[in-house]
Amino acid sequence: MVDRKKAPPRVGISAEGRSKTYKSRGLWAIKKKHGGKFPSHPKQEKAPVAAAKAPKYYPADDVKQPRKRHSTRQSTKLRHSITPGTVLILLAGRFKGRRVVFLKQLESGLLLVTGPFTVNGVPLRRVNQAYTIATSTKVDVSSADLSSLTDAQFVPKKAAKKKGGDKFFEQPEGKKELDPEFLSAQKAVDGAIAGSLEGELKGYLASHFSLRSGDRPHLMKF
Amino acid sequence: MPFTRYVEIGRVAMINYGKENGKLVVISDVVDQNRALVDRPDEVRRVVSFKRLALTDFKVEIPRLARKSVLKSALEESDAFNKFHASSWGKKLESRRAKAATTDFDRYKASVKKTQRGRAIQAAIKKLGK
Repeated sequence: MVDRKKAPPRVGISAEGRSKTYKSRGLWAIKKKHGGKFPSHPKQEKAPVAAAKAPKYYPADDVKQPRKRHSTRQSTKLRHSITPGTVLILLAGRFKGRRVVFLKQLESGLLLVTGPFTVNGVPLRRVNQAYTIATSTKVDVSSADLSSLTDAQFVPKKAAKKKGGDKFFEQPEGKKELDPEFLSAQKAVDGAIAGSLEGELKGYLASHFSLRSGDRPHLMKF
Repeated sequence: MPFTRYVEIGRVAMINYGKENGKLVVISDVVDQNRALVDRPDEVRRVVSFKRLALTDFKVEIPRLARKSVLKSALEESDAFNKFHASSWGKKLESRRAKAATTDFDRYKASVKKTQRGRAIQAAIKKLGK
């Protein structure tokens, strides 16, 4: 689009009309009744900046400031097909192919699942729902108390760094002891679920899922 | 036995395409070489291409462009739809549908049954061999 002010339509013809041109030139402002000159605001005096004391030390390297983020993390939406007690098939990781019981969704959005450990060797564990298939089979988990289980329990505790000592000659550590608190939680949850695993359900959870020739997973119902 | 599965008025056909796959209809009239007017007791008559129809062995006695009430009574009398479901074709479709509807747990239970059966057969064979 052509700017009408910059490019008059023809030589000798002004882009704007008489009245508009007069207004835009601003001559009206310097008429005597308005003071005879262009109006202006008096300059505001700036408050003198307090002379800051030079710091005694300054960091040799620039310290990076964390960027300000305005976005907030949304909580992960749980798939509709997953409700407490749903049997899930794990698709990735150490326990892929196992069928496990979903207990609850944790604060981080990850799913808390258990094998139960006594049935198929899968401990209390966090999994991403993207790596699971939700089946239509449900196990009653209403009797299990899950309120004490949080994300924090699954974050590996960092071992205190040993000062000095030659790592090369260090004796290889023995089998790591599991957190007794975790073990008791595992037992409590598994014990609560065990009652609802009757008959074939137990064998079902103990078995592995795999695709065989001719299986078409996109057409299968779970 | 001569060929009897003709396109004719009253022939029971199955829609073999799309969402309505497996639905049974009755040919009410033949529009042209490619299309038929088909009817069902609970639906409005419409034209369907023969490419999307599979003819069955069953036929009901109705006049051309039969009324709904006539069609209904003819179907009830001949019991053609139920006869189709009881035929080997109908049974095959049903078993296919049932298999597609099995859940993961069902498949596990079926595999357990299969193993048990195999073991029982093996045990029986062993017994006979002795």
